[in-house]
Amino acid sequence: METSPPKQYSQQEIEQSLYEVRKKIYPRALTGWFATWRWILVWFTQIIFYGGPWLTWNDRQAVLFDLVSRKFYIFGLVLWPQDFIYLAVLLVISALALFLFTAVGGRVFCGYACPQTVYTEIFMWVERKIEGERSARIRLDREPLSARKVALKGSKHLVWGAIALWTGFTFVGYFTPIHLLAEEVMSFALGPWETFWILFYGFATYGNAGWMREQVCKYMCPYARFQSAMFDKDTLTVTYDTVRGEPRGPRSKQADRFELGMGDCIDCGICVQVCPTGIDIREGLQYECIGCAACIDGCDQVMDKMGYPKGLIRYTTEHAMINKLGRRDIWRRVLRPRTLIYFSILGLIILAAAMSLALRQPLKVDVIRDRGMPRATEDGSVDNVYRLQMMNTEEKPNRYVISVQGINGVSIVSESQFEVAAATTKAVPVRVRVPAGAAQPGSNRIKFVIQDTDDQSVKITEKAVFIVPR
Amino acid sequence: MADFLHNGWSLFIAGVTLLGILACGLLLYSQSKVKVKVGADGQPLPVQTTGHVWDEDLVENNNPLPRWWMIMFYLTIVFALGYLILYPGLGSMQGTLGWSQVGKYAQEMKAGEEKYGPIFNKYQAMPIPALAQDPQAREIGERLFLNSCAQCHGSDAQGSKGFPNLADTDWLYGGAPETVLASIREGRHGQMPSMAAAVGGDQDVRNVANYVLSLSGSSHDPIKAVMGKAKYAACAACHGADGKGNQVLGAPNLTDKTWLYGGGLNNVMDAINKGRGNMMPAHKGILSDAKVHLLAAYVWGLSNRQATVAGISAGDARAMGKLTGVSDTPARQ
Repeated sequence: METSPPKQYSQQEIEQSLYEVRKKIYPRALTGWFATWRWILVWFTQIIFYGGPWLTWNDRQAVLFDLVSRKFYIFGLVLWPQDFIYLAVLLVISALALFLFTAVGGRVFCGYACPQTVYTEIFMWVERKIEGERSARIRLDREPLSARKVALKGSKHLVWGAIALWTGFTFVGYFTPIHLLAEEVMSFALGPWETFWILFYGFATYGNAGWMREQVCKYMCPYARFQSAMFDKDTLTVTYDTVRGEPRGPRSKQADRFELGMGDCIDCGICVQVCPTGIDIREGLQYECIGCAACIDGCDQVMDKMGYPKGLIRYTTEHAMINKLGRRDIWRRVLRPRTLIYFSILGLIILAAAMSLALRQPLKVDVIRDRGMPRATEDGSVDNVYRLQMMNTEEKPNRYVISVQGINGVSIVSESQFEVAAATTKAVPVRVRVPAGAAQPGSNRIKFVIQDTDDQSVKITEKAVFIVPR
Repeated sequence: MADFLHNGWSLFIAGVTLLGILACGLLLYSQSKVKVKVGADGQPLPVQTTGHVWDEDLVENNNPLPRWWMIMFYLTIVFALGYLILYPGLGSMQGTLGWSQVGKYAQEMKAGEEKYGPIFNKYQAMPIPALAQDPQAREIGERLFLNSCAQCHGSDAQGSKGFPNLADTDWLYGGAPETVLASIREGRHGQMPSMAAAVGGDQDVRNVANYVLSLSGSSHDPIKAVMGKAKYAACAACHGADGKGNQVLGAPNLTDKTWLYGGGLNNVMDAINKGRGNMMPAHKGILSDAKVHLLAAYVWGLSNRQATVAGISAGDARAMGKLTGVSDTPARQ
């Protein structure tokens, strides 16, 4: 980036807008190793996204975020509001994974897995099928309006709109059971919020993948900003090998470039034409670069045609470029303190989350002592009343038996067995009695033990306080 | 809605708001152009720095922003003006949609009424003893009870000192379904004046208290009780000559061992000396009639277990315990 103004300029000034109109980018289609990987990830992520809501489990949708009843179903797992910590854990895991991948391979998330990239890829494929290749698209845009242009553009937007609406529909299908949603769509009986979110998410897909594209990465995306800050000298980035490539210039395939004193770059411009953000990678790493490696695929094909070795543009690190490191040294430096620390923290958190999910009891209990004065009965024994809020998180009804311990002779003098229906909450009153003189005046610690009558492993212990009047 | 002391304040606030929006617009417009130096060839120079430098080599460039972004800034102004026209926000202007928090609340309540009204109406048409047998009605009743009654009467409805037990078969005012309903809807005000003067001196109070304890077979001093018997006449007006109480007045039965304020000599003497005052608030303005009806059915069902299906709720079990003498709690209703 040229930052210092040239020495000679006139004293003249002109007024210029601080804003620029977007210059449309026409990325050239290409195939190659990295492009194939991107398509694999497109298929992988989108089969999960579009297919997810259609799976069934336990006679219900397998993945359903039921906001109304405040339960998230993920296959066999039912998450309640009390499990919100797992969402925080998921975000922490995602963030750490992003740190790790970025430290190792630069903006790999951006280049291969980001929804913006994935949907742009899908939309560009549609565009290419309908309007044709890069040059054809440029020509079409320059043409005056004609029946053919309207037909092409119209059909493209129709297909885009269909994909976008289907995406919005799928998205809402994670919150409203998708079969029900489909019926509602068919019978025009969508609720106002469902309508809004389908259209909103659809419009966002259409706008971002159809129109905004690289503008999202360049101007809106926060990840783009801070991912660049996580690079270091050993981060693999898409790099043009200046030493090998320069001086660039066209030449015949038969010519000996060493005799001509030329570098390997034949200045064909393929790398610029395939770039979805419209930059020239040969000027070095720029903030617009999303690490999609399209220029690597493009350049490698040209190098092949020329009979030159591949890798004029390749994934490499700053260290490797400066110190002329080989592949082995580059890979050895992937294991550096930074990545190891990310990796171990990530591993620990994933392990802890998995353990916690595995050991999660399908029963939650809150004990709330009635605020009324404890009651001394005729024979001097004392009663306290508690309200136990029992949450059965399993998808079948369960019976629980409640017992109490912690003071000599403490017992429950009310009903101590309760049935709680499947995936519901029930508040039950429990009266606890302590014989005369068994506990000190003031507050005494007791424990409620709540046990599933069928399943011995489901057992919860909750602390509580028993008050004896002075 | 807006609480301005004077219309002038409303205009002042509206003026400040509009000026602020206008100023934002002007700022946007004035900052959307920049003067750039022209190179020797008459073309504007490429991107320049603003002259700001951090950390020795980090410079701020003057790259242009995308135009759609600036358009979005202007759209926020359009949005703000549109919002202020539609919704309250400009001084005391109400907004053309007529939206208000109170209106929103009323709307939500109406929606709730439409949704749950039919359920409540169905139950309100049923007699209380029949409701007490309906599992769903009992569940609704229990939830209402836990929300509105348990604070005083306890989660298990067995009361505590000064708050009657609703799960036993003793009633201060009577246990007929209509009476329970009336207690909830209209509230109760139980009063016993100080009887110390009517009874006589301190010693008389002690004697009468002993006599009262003797009525229920509680531990007492038999000699003092005999001496207090004559003075009890002052109490008989309400509690009856036999001490069986009077449900019309809400005067407690003194011959059982259920004590609202605790048994024993000291508590009874306290009652005679100072009197008692107790207040159950009326719930007719707090809960809808349908809810009161459901609550009455739930409370009535607690002590009429033959009328309810066994095992439906904890209440039945407690009532069972009550009748089999497992749980004896010194509270009465």
